[in-house]
Amino acid sequence: MNSVVRTLTGFRDWVGARFPLMQLWNDHLAGYYAPKNFNFWYYFGSLAMLVLVIQIVTGIWLTMNYKPSAELAFASVEYIMRDVEWGWWIRYMHSTGASAFFVVVYLHMYRALLYGSYKQPRELLWVIGMFIYLTLMGEAFFGYLLPWGQMSYWGAQVIISLFGALPVIGDDLALLIRGDFVVSDVTLNRFFAFHVIALPLLLCGLVGAHLLALHEVGSNNPDGVEIKKHKDANGVPLDGVAFHPYYTVKDLVGAVFFLIIFCAVVFFSPEMGGYFLEHANFVPADPLKTPEHIAPVWYFTPFYAILRAIPNQLGGVIAMGSATFMFFLLPWLDRSPVKSIRYRGWKFKLALALFTVSFVTLGWLGMQPPTPLYTMIARICSVVYFLFFLAMPFYTANDTDKPVPERVRWS
Amino acid sequence: MMRAAVILLAMLVHVSALAKGGDQMLHYEADLSNQTSLQRGAKLFVNYCLSCHSAAFMRYNRLGRDLGIPDDVLKANLMFGTDKTGETMTVAMNPQEAAQWFGVAPPDLSVTARARGASWLYTYFMTFYRDPARPNGVNNLAFKDVAMPHVLWELQGWQRPVYSEENPQVISHLELESPGLLDQEGYRRAVQDLVNFLVYLGEPIKLKRQAIGGWVIAYLLVLLGVVYLLKREFWKDVH
Repeated sequence: MNSVVRTLTGFRDWVGARFPLMQLWNDHLAGYYAPKNFNFWYYFGSLAMLVLVIQIVTGIWLTMNYKPSAELAFASVEYIMRDVEWGWWIRYMHSTGASAFFVVVYLHMYRALLYGSYKQPRELLWVIGMFIYLTLMGEAFFGYLLPWGQMSYWGAQVIISLFGALPVIGDDLALLIRGDFVVSDVTLNRFFAFHVIALPLLLCGLVGAHLLALHEVGSNNPDGVEIKKHKDANGVPLDGVAFHPYYTVKDLVGAVFFLIIFCAVVFFSPEMGGYFLEHANFVPADPLKTPEHIAPVWYFTPFYAILRAIPNQLGGVIAMGSATFMFFLLPWLDRSPVKSIRYRGWKFKLALALFTVSFVTLGWLGMQPPTPLYTMIARICSVVYFLFFLAMPFYTANDTDKPVPERVRWS
Repeated sequence: MMRAAVILLAMLVHVSALAKGGDQMLHYEADLSNQTSLQRGAKLFVNYCLSCHSAAFMRYNRLGRDLGIPDDVLKANLMFGTDKTGETMTVAMNPQEAAQWFGVAPPDLSVTARARGASWLYTYFMTFYRDPARPNGVNNLAFKDVAMPHVLWELQGWQRPVYSEENPQVISHLELESPGLLDQEGYRRAVQDLVNFLVYLGEPIKLKRQAIGGWVIAYLLVLLGVVYLLKREFWKDVH
């Protein structure tokens, strides 16, 4: 036993002399101090990493059997579902993982809204996170074409045509994205390239940058106080605990809890009533037959509802783009000295509540066929959505904020 | 007695559903737990559907394995186009010719149940009716102006539409004009068998997926207990 330990330690030191192994371990795990008062909302960062790993691993195995060709794509997916050993399991993990990724990332972002995690000194951390979110949207969009069902095909057709609405360059841009005059085999091939290589690479790089930025400034916490202000004689924050082992074991509980819900969907309801796998996507793509009702998957529907709420197509595209861009500006729109919702005044709380209701309502409306009433509600919600951001400098500047404690609350 | 009540209730639902404007769907939940029903459905499928519609993603031997049909029975009763059990359920009909004959090539049925749902399929098979205006002489309440003839007519017989008294444009319900080989209850059961089979055909792993899932969740629950205790042990010294 002792000789095994000695050999392993020897190997570690051999590597350590040639590679900053222990330094990385200490900087990012054993010697990284995180606030001890993390609550439920702080599981979603590590869960997003878990889903990323699930997506990459299942994606590799799917790629082994998938054929990126208009002739064979639909059949190759069914081949995976029927003839590949455990192929159905890999595919359902990947399709459920796509939705799970957005669930986790939306909750992760909402945590930042609740506790002001985007505020100084974490502006860049937030901006990098927003680039991750954009990349994820692209990844999901490109991936959705691959099964080559009716919704894949027409969804891609609609989204690409949005670029065509831009003045002057629109048509050429749409042509450049499609590589053809209609969505075709060429489009499928390039989307496959983006989905399996380009965007995953970008995503991994951005996640690395996100973590580096996080460990540079340190984690925020539900009280929104900086734990680095109060350190002991060794320079360790008094309200911090070492990420490893404290948060590795705590996040492990979160990961298993998440996996229970995830597996419940994978094994008992992989279609999730048509929200995760749409019924119309079990019909092979037919360029000559437009489906009656084209709706994107649930994670895009808030923005789709904003697009449809604007009567003018170009205006709609601009509104949809601005709706995502607004998040980038948050660190500079919020002028409150207080980070956490626990010590914010009623104005911010009301604004966040209205924003939450509008976002969820828009998400629901984006799945429904438009009616005059729904369009009216979508317009009201869009106005609320944008006011949350644009009016933020005003309602946060003179809010009835409460005094913030010096140290984190810990019972 | 219970059974008769259920059937009566189902018929009431049936009639009232059709009364609402004619295009209302009947409700049906597929039952994959009944293997003999799936076997009967498979027999109906190869005899009535598989001459025009393929199920090109499904292999005969998978069907035999999943539904407990030995290879010799499979070959003698369910396989007409090939004798290799590893082959998929294709048809000999040329799609271009089929499109000329029917106006549209009969679609592959491998995943149709996943696109349409069990209730739609059930309604579709139950509501073919005579319509002299159509080239095949039949129409359908679930699929207006359908190109497919009523293939199951010899089992069901022929139905004719009864129009609403308030609005003569609207079909209030269908009534049996000339009976087929099966009585109405027998035909209903045959359609249920066929729909059960089509749902199985759409996702063969559905027979086992949930049972596997039960074990996975049970394992994770035990693991959750273990990691929770681990977390509690470590966090004891955080004050």
